[in-house]
Amino acid sequence: MQISVTVNGVVQERDVDPRTLLVHFLREELDLTGTKIGCDTSQCGACTVHLDGKALKSCTLLAAQADGTNVTTIEGLALDGEHHPMQTAFWENHGLQCGYCTPGMIMATTAFVEDNPGASEEAIRHNLEGNICRCTGYHNIVKAVKQVADAAAGGD
Amino acid sequence: MWPNKFDYQRADSVDQALELIGEEGKFLAGGHSLLPVMKLRLSAPEQLVDIGRIDSLRGISANGGLRIGATTTHAEIAASSDVQSMCAALADACGGVGDQAVRNFGTIGGNIAHADPASDPPTVLVACGATVNIQGADGSRSVAAQDFFVDLFETDLEDGELITGINLPNCSDCQCAYVKFPHPASRYAIVGVAVCLKMDGGTCTQADVAVGGATVKAVKCAGAEAALAGSSLDDAALNAAADMVKADIADWLAGDVAYPESYRQQMAGVYLKRAVKAAAG
Repeated sequence: MQISVTVNGVVQERDVDPRTLLVHFLREELDLTGTKIGCDTSQCGACTVHLDGKALKSCTLLAAQADGTNVTTIEGLALDGEHHPMQTAFWENHGLQCGYCTPGMIMATTAFVEDNPGASEEAIRHNLEGNICRCTGYHNIVKAVKQVADAAAGGD
Repeated sequence: MWPNKFDYQRADSVDQALELIGEEGKFLAGGHSLLPVMKLRLSAPEQLVDIGRIDSLRGISANGGLRIGATTTHAEIAASSDVQSMCAALADACGGVGDQAVRNFGTIGGNIAHADPASDPPTVLVACGATVNIQGADGSRSVAAQDFFVDLFETDLEDGELITGINLPNCSDCQCAYVKFPHPASRYAIVGVAVCLKMDGGTCTQADVAVGGATVKAVKCAGAEAALAGSSLDDAALNAAADMVKADIADWLAGDVAYPESYRQQMAGVYLKRAVKAAAG
């Protein structure tokens, strides 16, 4: 079937098998391999992208369902060659070790901070329940998100 | 993981969805219950009819009671001030489903059609006296939530029928709560208890209780309700209700290696007391 999805600002028209999951569409049709497949069962969050501004586990949606929507992946987060503040914060706080969960972490937390500027550490930790990291113990990830959340609320 | 092959059609209206659906077809809304089971090949429908963009199926209206459209997401229900004021337990339960990304796209209609016994919203819907609105080729009907959930992953829905929404009575003069013992990894309910209390001063004049997680479906608990009604919710009444709830769910128990039936049955009593205390404030 024919679908048209705006991905990172570019209209992408493709003929896909209806059973194509959005994550496969992004990785295999569009070569946007920043979005990872982890558990493939909607638990780990490695495949998180934004669909019309909302965090979504792209292993749990058909590409057909995304027809006509706006999708942002980790590749589309930087603006005019500048990292998104969340990307910078992960860099500065070393919010990663192997890096596999990082694109999903950054996509989930950017959507969260957008809705919750100034979020508390507790709220940040709670919101990370949908993203699993098996390396770092989350500590530096939380620090990175807190830095952006504080800045979004007009703090330091 | 790829699901089996299927035909995909998108419906623009309920009438069109009912026309399109075939014998081996399923309706697709958010897909957050259906697609995972299709990926695991536990379900292999030959056709999906996407109802996710039918405007009339989405949204929350408050007019005496609540009407929640079938494709309203968990996140929308959890964030709705109408739901928070008229049925706080449902807002809590929907806010505890999965995680934020799942709540952003998973829908209440899909959730109840799937009828996972460990999911949170069904338990609240049964306790709070919800009705499920269903439309089929031959017309529409409404079923009480406690009759809608029939057994493990089994509902009263017939082939080709579509859930259009849920109605809830206004619970703003009740005190309701949903409390769960979440699985430490999945956060699904090992035991979930919903209570809805009507109070007159310090006396409980009516109690509605449902248990999920510990059971193969959300179960209405008449024995526990009778033990609470007319009491001042003192320790004696709570202990009696906890004993009764174990009997209420005895025929419907579910369990696994980690959390066997007998353990869940015991914990249902513990969580009933916590739910009553949470509701009574």
